[in-house]
Amino acid sequence: MTDLPRNQHIVASGLIAVVGLSIAYISFTQEPADAFIFPRLISSVFAVLAIWTFVKAILGRTKVGNGISGAAMRNMLPGLIVAIIYVYWAAKALGFYTATTIAFFILLSLYDPAPHSELKSWVKRLLITAGFMAVMYGLFAQLLNVFTPREIFF
Amino acid sequence: MEFLYYMGDVFTPINFGLLLLGTIGGLILGATPGLSPTMAVALLIPFTFQLEPQQGLILLGAAYTSTVAGGAVSAILLKIPGAPANIATTLDGHTMAMKGEGAKALQLSFIASAIGGVFGVLLLIFLTPVLAQWALAFGPSHLFWLAILGVTVIGTLDSSSVVKGLLSGCIGLWLATIGFDDIMGAQRFIFHPAVSGGINVIPALIGLFAIPQVITMFTKGRCSDDAEIISVQKHPIRLAFVEVFKRKTALAIGTITGSIIGLIPGVGGQIAGLVAYDQSKKFSKESEKFGTGHSEGVIAAESANNAMVGPSLVPLLTLSIPGSPTAAVLLGGLLIHGIFPGPDLFMNYPQVAWTFIDSMLIGQVLMCIFGLYIAGLAASVARVPHAVMAAIVLGLAVFGSYSVQNSIGDVYVMATLGLAMYFLERFGFSAAPLVLGLILGPIAEANFIQGSMIANATVGTGTYFFTGWLNWLLILIVLASITYSVWMEIMARRYTTKDDAVAKEEALS
Repeated sequence: MTDLPRNQHIVASGLIAVVGLSIAYISFTQEPADAFIFPRLISSVFAVLAIWTFVKAILGRTKVGNGISGAAMRNMLPGLIVAIIYVYWAAKALGFYTATTIAFFILLSLYDPAPHSELKSWVKRLLITAGFMAVMYGLFAQLLNVFTPREIFF
Repeated sequence: MEFLYYMGDVFTPINFGLLLLGTIGGLILGATPGLSPTMAVALLIPFTFQLEPQQGLILLGAAYTSTVAGGAVSAILLKIPGAPANIATTLDGHTMAMKGEGAKALQLSFIASAIGGVFGVLLLIFLTPVLAQWALAFGPSHLFWLAILGVTVIGTLDSSSVVKGLLSGCIGLWLATIGFDDIMGAQRFIFHPAVSGGINVIPALIGLFAIPQVITMFTKGRCSDDAEIISVQKHPIRLAFVEVFKRKTALAIGTITGSIIGLIPGVGGQIAGLVAYDQSKKFSKESEKFGTGHSEGVIAAESANNAMVGPSLVPLLTLSIPGSPTAAVLLGGLLIHGIFPGPDLFMNYPQVAWTFIDSMLIGQVLMCIFGLYIAGLAASVARVPHAVMAAIVLGLAVFGSYSVQNSIGDVYVMATLGLAMYFLERFGFSAAPLVLGLILGPIAEANFIQGSMIANATVGTGTYFFTGWLNWLLILIVLASITYSVWMEIMARRYTTKDDAVAKEEALS
């Protein structure tokens, strides 16, 4: 195992240990105690296993999990940023259909292997986006009658 | 023979139409690499809200069955397994296709899948009522241990690391406690308004299974699949039937192995296919031909991965313990209609239960018929670029999770869990035990509290939860599954090099 995954394992298992210990602390200190009997049971096991994992990571004895390589991180980052903005902000602020159209088109443009210099590729991306949105509108708005937040443009 | 009484319900226009839709759609989705059966079924759940319970289940069941079989198309024609269950199929299936026997390989795979699948569903039909009667004797302490057993077995058998598998299960059990406590009404772990009502299972399932796949597709960047679809020449279907029945040892080994493995919670189709392939090779008179495009390899692998579908639902329908992640997703499909599986299911909702099971039986036949005809189309769909697939899945996940309760909070929950799951998976954690913990958490807690109350009024907590042959048996299975997995992990570590382990993980991810 190289140093990068080892450090990543330490950070990841450290975070999980912090979560496990926090849950255990809350479970054993919150009132009414009767409501926290089961969480106490779970969080005790959770905390013990999390600490065990953390100690193994520190000792460099983690055998499972390859971590995230720099290349994978670089590739995913643009898409992840678009997805996060879409889910946590745009869907509510711009409306589901508007935000999905924009996010879908951006993701397609970012990851589609077709060359960016050809007009044909852009037309294809636009057509795929339009087709997908038509299907989504037909399914969710017409067939399932799902009421989504008000759209910014209509 | 109650199942025959409800057989007619499968053929009502709507039910049969949904069965066809689920089968054909499932075959196409199954052929798409990256769209696992579990994820396909999870994404379909929101579409079942407006359907009757049995209609929704027919759609989900058909999709489950045919996505497993559909994965063989891309395994054979592209050497890319549509799902982990089809890994063993690539070994001989793709080699057959390279030799110009693609059509034959596809025909063998669908016929073997259908035969294995029918056997598996028949096992489901005959085992379920017997076990359901037996399960009626279960008290709160048994149900508590059973829930713990479900999480433990999946946590230990489905994960590469026992500790991380159990830790994933604990995370799921903890997530299930978020929200208001049922008895005292106290707030527990409500750190954001989106989770004030607890974590809804459906958005959680969609997030945990779909979002990591989306991010994995992002990590591939702008690369294109250079896998070439191998052209399929015509092959008389009659000869394929003759071939399947000529290779009856491989068919029998695949079917029986798949059925037995399906009954064990936590052991998925991937294991079923690989074990059946391995056993067929051992028992075959032409074992040296395995890996060179031998029909027995395809027959054994495909009959096994479909034979496990029916039995994998036995623990769900009898004990309300989902035996696999896909069964957990199907449980979600039942819960949204207010139906809780278990021993009472066949008494309170016989029409729902039997129509669903019957539809799976008919679905196997439809899957075989349509599979042979749409294999070419499915293979083309399998070449959809990652970019398009990632964007489609993300859009469906957002709309699907929102439509559960028309709540943006559910979308946040879906995305947050999915994002966290991607990173957890990269560090060796597994989604399956986490999902099982989330689903079985309320069952475990309710029975733990109920059992504690009974125990306090009678024999005491220790005696109530730790005595009696059924409690002992369940505790023993929990301990045995942990011990077995730890032993397997030690053995694997002893005989596997680090490079092997890294390569295996990369292949599976």
